[in-house]
Amino acid sequence: MSLFDHSIDELHQLLHKKEISVSDLTEESIQRVNEVGEKVGSFLHLSEEGARKKASELDEILSSDGIKGSLFGIPGGIKDNIMTKGMPTTCASKLLDGHDPVYDATVMNLLNKENFVNIGKLNMDEFAMGSSTENSGYKLTRNPWNTDRVPGGSSGGSAAAVASGEVLFSLGSDTGGSIREPAAFCGIVGMKPTYGRVSRYGLVAFASSLDQIGPMTRTVKDNALVLNAISGHDHFDSTSVNESVPDYSEVMTGDIKGLKVALPKEYITGGVHEEVREQILKAVKRFEELGAVVEEVSLPHSQYATAAYYVIASSEASANLARFDGVRYGQRVEGENLIEMYKKTRSEGFGDEVKRRIMLGTFALSSGFYDEYYKKAQKVRTLIKQDFEEIFLNYDVVIGPTSPTTAFKLGDQVDEPLTMYANDVLTIPVNLAGVPGISVPCGLGKDTGMPVGLQIIGNHFDEKTVYKAAYAFEQATEFNKQKPEL
Amino acid sequence: MVLSYLLIITLWNIQITDREVKLMERITKERVKHIAHLSRLELSEKEVEKFAKQLDEIIDYAEQLNELDTERIVPTAHVLEVKNVIREDKARPSIKREDTFKNAPDHEDGQFKVPRIIE
Repeated sequence: MSLFDHSIDELHQLLHKKEISVSDLTEESIQRVNEVGEKVGSFLHLSEEGARKKASELDEILSSDGIKGSLFGIPGGIKDNIMTKGMPTTCASKLLDGHDPVYDATVMNLLNKENFVNIGKLNMDEFAMGSSTENSGYKLTRNPWNTDRVPGGSSGGSAAAVASGEVLFSLGSDTGGSIREPAAFCGIVGMKPTYGRVSRYGLVAFASSLDQIGPMTRTVKDNALVLNAISGHDHFDSTSVNESVPDYSEVMTGDIKGLKVALPKEYITGGVHEEVREQILKAVKRFEELGAVVEEVSLPHSQYATAAYYVIASSEASANLARFDGVRYGQRVEGENLIEMYKKTRSEGFGDEVKRRIMLGTFALSSGFYDEYYKKAQKVRTLIKQDFEEIFLNYDVVIGPTSPTTAFKLGDQVDEPLTMYANDVLTIPVNLAGVPGISVPCGLGKDTGMPVGLQIIGNHFDEKTVYKAAYAFEQATEFNKQKPEL
Repeated sequence: MVLSYLLIITLWNIQITDREVKLMERITKERVKHIAHLSRLELSEKEVEKFAKQLDEIIDYAEQLNELDTERIVPTAHVLEVKNVIREDKARPSIKREDTFKNAPDHEDGQFKVPRIIE
């Protein structure tokens, strides 16, 4: 048994009783990374020395003052699009090769305040564009459950690191499903909070009206603990919201009697694979056994979400990624004049998917097409948001699959952008509406043997109810105890 | 009644034809080259061909949004009703000057250096 089979609470008890030290936890993490690193490939940058140093500092604090901080001594990993001072941050892009951040993201300041131990930076799709982590400019990450399959994406390294027991928690970012889909594919818990709940300061922007940072963990309780640590208003991010942050642990009682649960019919029909549907319908039954009231509803505009998303997200990306021009940071490729330098730098630095989306966004925003695509997509976004508003008048949460399939094989969808985009059909509406959504383990699919994720969606700023439902389901099923053999 | 129905069908057909024409004109290789230039990207002929095909497929997929009547719908740019966020105009600590150049490919005398701009 690994130390990481314990929850953060349990580990804190062991630390308190001096049965283990922070250094033990850090060594366990580093050893595991060295053991499975080659097979899984979660990390882009391993901070062995830094982690050891931090661990021995924390051990001193432990012996003098005890446990100081909600994540005291807990080894975690950070997606590579989050600024970490003293540790490279490249967004898995060759363009930012060696980029050494001059400041910490707000979430890093908050995690550091809770005294976590940063093990390193995790692989991802370049600039968070992708659903399989195959768009990384550096390496492949493999699914710990079956290394022929993808870990999902774009936070694939973050999901694989937690699933393979390399770290106890990680941070990911989610623009269209990039936390929830890899969490589902790797059989862990992944939360995309309400837009505005967590500061985006220091998160390299992809689509600013959709991006959110969120925690990835083995258990729901640990997840809530990390979210509690990173939530809150930040004056460095003008879209972060000044809402009070409740203590999520209070709602984790396992009691969901009378909870009103909506099951959108669009989420269990269509392209949803049979092995996924089967597990989801079992989950529905489990909710009913726990005393929840589940009713079928409709989110009539969800079928348009993917199209609207790719127009909106790519448009925002085309503007956001204009900053990567080889002037202030990143790798420069010289040219005869300024424009040529820009072009050479960006053409050599960016991968195909990033180029595709920049061009799609540039096209959608160009004169003559703006109204037809961009404005139209934003109007459809309103319809999708209204779908959810209507549901939440009468229901506490919405449930359904996180992804229509389980993890697919490496290489299967690489050159098929539209097929790849379809993976996010059930997660995208949540980003467009700005509401919170979690993926929790929901058993293994009978055909592939790969994990299935159950998605639970709540109303704006109601992460509390989402966690309440997720925790009750987790405790009733214990799917989170299932681990990949590596 | 029948007549107006026919009229609608005809108008609809014209609209479709319009769209088809537009679709053909939309993602030509020339257009990809123009978009690439606006995006400050340099593409090989082979890439132009590949991206033309892929972008056309994606745009074609996005066309389904036109199935929805959104005449009276207000576009959503931002999901939360946040207004402009302002703060007092007071100096506060920022990143040190030498740090700003830490990741710069080229700099001189406290300025970012770029290739010749004016011929």
